[in-house]
This record gives sequence, C-alpha cells and structure tokens, in this order.
Amino acid sequence: MPPPSLRLVGSILLHGAFILAFPPLMLGVIGKTKAAFAGRVGPPLLQPYYDIIKLLQKGSIFNRTTTWVFRAGPVIGIATALLTTALVPLDGQPAFIAFPGDFLFLAYLLALARFFTVAAALDTGSAFEGMGAAREATYACLAEPALVLGLLALARASSSLSLSAMLGPGLGSMWAQQGASLVLVAAALFIVLLAENSRIPVDDPNTHLELTMIHEVMVLDHGGPALGLITYGAAIKLFVFAAVLARLLLPAPAIGFWAGWAITTGSLLALAVVIGVVESTMARLKLTHIPAFLIAAVLLSSFGVVLLFR
Amino acid sequence: MVVEPVSLPSPEWFMLCGIVLAGLSGVPGLFVDRMNRFGERSALLLLGTGSLSGVLGAAYALSPTRLRSALVLPGPLAGADLRLSIDAISAMFLIQIFAVSLLGAIYGLGYWSQSEHPESGRKLRLFYGIVTAGMALVVSARNAVAFLWGWEVMALAAFLLITTEDRDSEVRAAGYVYLVATRIGTLCLFAMFALLYRAHGTWDLDGPIAARSGAGTAIFLLGLAGFGLKAGLIPLHVWLPGAHANAPSHVSALMSGVLIKIGIYGLVRLTALTAAPPLWWGVVLLALGVASGVLGVAFAIGQHDLKRLLAYHSVENIGIICMGIGLALIARALGRPELAVLGLAGALLHVWNHGLFKALLFLAAGSVLHTAGTRDIDQLGGLAKAMPRTALAFVIGAVAICGLPPLNGFISELFIYLGLFRLTGIDAGGVSIGAAFAAAGLALIGALALACFVKALGATFLGQPRSLAARRAREAPGSMLAPMAVLALACAFIGIGSPLVAPVLDRAARCWAPEFATTLAPVTSLAPLLIVTALCGVLVLALLALATWLVARTRPTSRGVAEPRIGTWDCGYAAPSPRMQYTSSSFAQGLVSLYGWALRPKVHRPSLGGPFAGEASFSSHVPDVVLDRLLVPAARTTGRGLGWFRWLQRGSVHAYLIYILATLVWLMLWQRGR
Repeated sequence: MPPPSLRLVGSILLHGAFILAFPPLMLGVIGKTKAAFAGRVGPPLLQPYYDIIKLLQKGSIFNRTTTWVFRAGPVIGIATALLTTALVPLDGQPAFIAFPGDFLFLAYLLALARFFTVAAALDTGSAFEGMGAAREATYACLAEPALVLGLLALARASSSLSLSAMLGPGLGSMWAQQGASLVLVAAALFIVLLAENSRIPVDDPNTHLELTMIHEVMVLDHGGPALGLITYGAAIKLFVFAAVLARLLLPAPAIGFWAGWAITTGSLLALAVVIGVVESTMARLKLTHIPAFLIAAVLLSSFGVVLLFR
Repeated sequence: MVVEPVSLPSPEWFMLCGIVLAGLSGVPGLFVDRMNRFGERSALLLLGTGSLSGVLGAAYALSPTRLRSALVLPGPLAGADLRLSIDAISAMFLIQIFAVSLLGAIYGLGYWSQSEHPESGRKLRLFYGIVTAGMALVVSARNAVAFLWGWEVMALAAFLLITTEDRDSEVRAAGYVYLVATRIGTLCLFAMFALLYRAHGTWDLDGPIAARSGAGTAIFLLGLAGFGLKAGLIPLHVWLPGAHANAPSHVSALMSGVLIKIGIYGLVRLTALTAAPPLWWGVVLLALGVASGVLGVAFAIGQHDLKRLLAYHSVENIGIICMGIGLALIARALGRPELAVLGLAGALLHVWNHGLFKALLFLAAGSVLHTAGTRDIDQLGGLAKAMPRTALAFVIGAVAICGLPPLNGFISELFIYLGLFRLTGIDAGGVSIGAAFAAAGLALIGALALACFVKALGATFLGQPRSLAARRAREAPGSMLAPMAVLALACAFIGIGSPLVAPVLDRAARCWAPEFATTLAPVTSLAPLLIVTALCGVLVLALLALATWLVARTRPTSRGVAEPRIGTWDCGYAAPSPRMQYTSSSFAQGLVSLYGWALRPKVHRPSLGGPFAGEASFSSHVPDVVLDRLLVPAARTTGRGLGWFRWLQRGSVHAYLIYILATLVWLMLWQRGR
C-alpha cells in the first residue's frame, strides 16, 4: 500500500487526466448508439479524438469581415470549459475547488462562453450565423432559470451551497427523504442538458440545413484549430452536465477507489447511451415549440423547489 | 459657522470644498466669449480639484479610526440650518459621484467641445457642475432642509442638462416628462419629511423612525414613491428612457451611473434610520426589484436606439439593487445579520459597479453617436474595425453588466444570489419560497441581459457597416478614450480584487443595521471572495496563454505565406451584402414575442399579394407601455375633462379680482364659523 500522500497525488492526477481525456468519448458513444439504431456500423468510438487532433493540426482561414472577437470566441469557450471541470465533483469526491456558490460560478462561466460564442457568430455578418446566435441567446433565457432553480433545490435539500456537498456522500439519504423533489429536478436538468448541449429535440448537431440549426450554424465560419477548440469545449460542456446528472441519478455510496471509478465511468457512458437513444427515437421539435419544452424544465424544477417546503 | 466637535479639517470640510468648487466650475466660462476655450479648461480644473477634494474627504470618512463629526451651516431661514455629515454609506456614494462626474467632464472636452457647440457648451458645463454639487449635498445631508435643498438643485439642474439641445422637439418632450416626474417625486418627499417632522418633532435625520405605525407605513410608501421615481423603479421609470437617450452622452453617463442612484441612496438612508422595519417592506422591495429587473431588461431587448437600450438596462440594474435592499430588510425583520450583510453589500457594491459599467457603456455609445451621427443600431455595424478601442471598452462594459466573471458585475450579483440561497435554506415560510423564485428571476435577468448586450455589441460593432455613416466612422480622440479606459480598469479591478473592496462594504453594512453592529460577520467570511479572485486570475491567465497559442498557431508561416482571408461563408451564396445581416430587431424577435404580453410591440406587417408582389416594408418597435399606453392617454382624457373649467379663465383681470374677493370673503366667513 503506498503512503497516503502519494495516494492523494495519484488520485488527483487520475481525476485530472480523466476529466481531460474522457469527454470526447461520450460524443463517440452517442454516435455509436445512433448508428446502432440506424442499422449502421458508424464511425469508430474514438472518432471525436481523431477529429479534434486533426483540426488542431490544420491551418487557419479567417473571414475578412471578422475582428478579434471572432478569435476570442473559441479561446474563451475552451478556457471556461477547462475551468468548469475543476468545479465538478466526480464519484462523490469533492471537486478540485469547492466553495459556497461554486455552482453559480460554474453557470456564469458557461454564460461567459456563450457571450463570446454568440458574439463571434455575429462577427461574421452572416444571416445564418445571426439566426443561430439569436436562437442560442433566446433559449438560454429559459434554460438558465431552470438550471439555477434545479441546483437551488439540491442546495436546500443538502443544506449546502457547494456542488461537492450537494453531490457528496449524503446524496443517498437525500433521495430517501426528498426523492420526489429530486426526480423532478433530475428531469429538469436532463432537459437543460439536452438544450445546452444542442441535442435533439432542441437542436440537431448533424442536420444538413443551416436554417434549422442552432449551435452548429454559429460556428460555421470557424475552421482548423479554432474549430478543434470548439469541438473539444463542447465535449467538456456535455461532460460537466452529464457528470452532475449521472451522480444525481446514481448516488452510489463510497465503496472503494476502483469500484467508485467504475461506477462513475459506467454511469457517464450509460447517460451517453440514453442521450443517443433520445436522439434516435425523437424528432427535432419545431423551433417555435422549443420555448414550451424549456418552460417545462423551469416548471419541473419549480415544483422540485416547492416540494422541499412541505 | 459652527463646527462640532472642533476638529478643523474634518471630512465634511473636504467635501464642502468639493461641493463649492464643483458647483462653481461652470461660472468662469460665463464671462468669456463663445469661442474661447478658457471656459472648458477652467471648468475642468475646478471640477477636478473639487472632485479630488470630495473623494479625499470620503476616503477619510471611511478610515476606521475616525470619530463621527458634523458640520452645521446657517440656512436662510431660522431653524433651518444645513447639517452635513459623512458616514460610510454617504462616503460610498460621494466617491462615485465625484469620480464619475470628473471622468464625464474629461470626456466632455472632446464630446461637447466649445468649438463644436458654441451655443450650448457654457450652459452644459454650468449645470453639469451644479448637478454634481447637488448630488453631493444630498448624500451628505443630515437634516431634511439640506436634503431637500440638494435634491431640488440636483433635480432642476438635471432638467436643464437633459434639455441641452432644446431646439429638438424630442428633447423637449423628454425633458418635460422628466420635469413632471421629478416634481411628483419631490412632492412625495415633502410629504414624507412633513410626516417625519410630525412623528418625531425634528428635521434632523438621526432616527430612529418608528416603522410599525400608520405614520411609519405612510412614510415608507411616500419615500418609496419619491425615491423610486428618481431611481426609475418599474412602473415609475417612465421619464428615464427618453431622458437618458436625449441628453448628451456624458450627461447620460452621469445620470444613469450616478443620479438615479441618489434615489437608491434615499431608500438606503430611510431604511437605515428605521428601527425594526417590518417584513413586508423588504418583501415589497424584493418583489419590485424582480419586476423591475425582468421587465427592464425585456424592454431593453426590444429597443433599437442604443442609448434607450442602455437606459432600460438602468431600470434592470436598479431592480437588482432593490432586490439586495429588499433582502437586507427581510433579514433585519427576521433577525439574520448574515443575510443583511450579503443583501446590503450586494446592493451597495452593485451601485458602484453599475455606476462604472453603465458610465463606460454610455461613453462608448456617445463615441459611436459622435462619429456616426445616429443612435439607431440597425444603421450601424462593423465599427470594431474603425474604432477598435471603443469596441474593446464596449465589450468590457457589456461583459461586466451581464454579471459575468471575471468582471465586477459578477461579484455584486454573487452577494445577492448567496443571500437569496441562504434565505431559501432557512424555514421562514413563504419568504423562503419567494427567495428561491427571486434567485431564478436573477438568473433570468442575467440571461436576458446577455442576449441584449450581445445583440447591441453585434449590431453596433461587429459584422459589416449597414450605412454610409457607419462606414465613415473614426476612432474617438484620446480625451474620450482615457475616461473609458479608467472605467474599464475599475471594472476589472473590482472583479478581480474584490477582497480589497470588502472592508468598505462591511463598514457601510454596520452603519445601515445598527442593531446588528456587534453580530455582523465580515462579508469575506460569508462570500468566497478570495477563491473567486483566484479563479478569475486563473481564467485571465488561461485566456492569455490560449490566445497566445492560437495567434502563434495562425501566424503567417516562415515562408512568408500570409494566412488566407476570405469572405463569409453564406451557404453557397456568392455575394452576401451587409443588408442581409441579422439586425438587432431580427435578433431580438424571438424574445420580444416571448414577452409580447408585457412589451406590446407595434408591428407594421406588409401584406403581400399576387404572383408579383410590389415593394413592401416591415417595421416593429417597442414603445414604453406605461408611458405611451397608460399615462399619455390618461393625461389626454384628464386634460379633456379639465377643459370644462376653462370658462373660469377668461383672461380678464376683473374676473380674477372677483375670484380673489370671493375667496377672501369665503375664508373670513369660514374662520368666523369655526
């Protein structure tokens, strides 16, 4: 048995390496699931890694219309995404950095990334990217209150303002006492996850019609390393939301180091499969119906909060 | 003059010196001819010296060892002396008043120079100094007489500033609405102070005011109306968009950044003087704050006049500040010192923050207006290329006002969020559930503000120019850029160095809730400021490192092959034109229709018919619902009703003499009858 300090360092290194390396795999699993439903072989599981590496090695072409804001979009997107990973607890262990109100900091980091992604889209002066930008900003206005209310419900249920404590070892007893509320919150967070990560039924990352896209159309003019950063950032964002939701849904007690990691990895991959199933079995909603879908998330988390005041 | 206690250079003297110098700053310019530049220079020198003196006085008042002192100046009437004193709350407002006023005056050198505006420059500078002096007098007043003096000087000088360009009928209309609003507000304040005098028998503002009585309720409601009108709380905001849009931009910056906060100061002072404010005061302020915040930003999204858009954001931010004050009042009623600290620190820090970033945004908007000659964002676009520094200033202001890290808006919103979260966590009945939804409201406000500012940034500075005026835009001169740079740096400083500001907030909170004076925990122990500072620092470093990497990665190669630059990809269409860009109206369309129930947008939709439809145009705009749909029709109907009394007004002196005689006789009879 190695000394405790070495074990701590090892655990931190493993935690960090996992967070940096794992996210694109979730995209790969979603892709495989969709391919399986469509009866195709589909791209290899590791395809997102190949894509990111390929893009990072390419040259760049920048649009004549654009300014520094266009380049700031991907840079700020990846920087905030990397910083959010430090705030997310895994396997019931505290995150690297935990403090009261950290979930708010996380939400506002994502908002900072959104600000510059949308601004970069508008910087191209294209009507298509303008459309995507407007939709992203509009739907975020509904997703944001749902997210804050949902996390607020977790905060009240756990009597703590830190994500690490909300999703810590006490989660099991929270389920026992406030199960109904947590179910509603989890449903709301799942809708927010789909919306924030441009998944069906809100957005279709694989559509071929720019008119109907949200996120993909915003990054239409980005290429090369910038697009690589955007893709990697999107994978990390999906991972962050999935890590919160997977832990909330599967509050395994602390049962040892390796078993804990296995459960975390397994639950994340299972969530990726669920997302793939949703993408395969549902059609994208009409754009005018998306607000109703997101308002449903707001209402779900509102009921989740109200139930805690019985 | 009487000084008590005798300590000659007390902060009040510095402040008085600042008030006098600022108030007189425009006077020397009146004695030279129109084209002489002496006026601007002397005004800036006097205002600069005065501001320095005022800021020094305020900083001195904030020093922890200082004893309380007061300054009594003889007033014009017996028993109506002017009593002045500075505590931590006053000092916070004073620093902001003098700093923003000075920066605005420097900006004014380039923006409203005497050579460009020989007819109005001297008037503008005269009243600019007077409004600064008036505001400083209000926040240091310790009796009703001094308060109302300062209030009236400020309110009337602001009217004369708004109507600087009084040849324009739109400006006159905005000024008139402001004048009516401020008169009504002052009337409420006169009634409030009269009630205070009746209840406590003194004009001094030393408290404590008894809150739990009929008089206490009336005092609160009158104060809320009077101060709320000045601050621009919905639905009392009607004067604000027009006035801010039509005033010269550095005046808009001063008014939006500082002057409307004097209304907030009034609310803070009134509640500070109150012993044991009842719970419903806080609930009312919290609810009004959420309503103002959400509706203010929703109205802002519908605007395509850049300065009107910014003005509606003032309504939003006043809402956020009121949420903080409401939270702190609730905390006092519940006996929770930690919530009171978070609420009040959030409110007061947001007062500072909003003063900084809103002034920055108005100055940047002023530079755009100065060079392009239009405030209509749908006529602008692509200005970031011609005015990169102004664009950077606008980006910093926009990120700050959206409450995003690593800038200052995030810190004050974090305080209010944390307070609301903690209130949700305790079992205080309906108030706790309300706090949860108020927090969701704050999240909604943040997301809407982000949408609105990305829209304003994108339509104004990004993409391609939509008009000839926008294509000919030039960068602003150094005298206009320097104040923006100072404001932007201040936004970054408070955002990253928030623990340095915390002691000031602690002192102000102790001043505000004296019953908690011994139990108040420092704000750094309640909010994770050090960690946030560290994380923001990491974020900034990561951004710099990644940006350097990306720039190095995309630099022209050593073989001298520059990176290829091409036009925008428009899905195969070969020649996209600037007119095809998404405009601010198209960007906002989704949100405006989501909030259609409140905004009532006016849409002119063309009907296209036949196989060869003719030319058609589409337009939409969002009028102010309260002003244009409620007050103006109501005033018109009332005016028509009152027209019946016009037969009394014959224009004949004889008739009027008869009225006077009849009134006199009636009064004498009435007096006899009693």
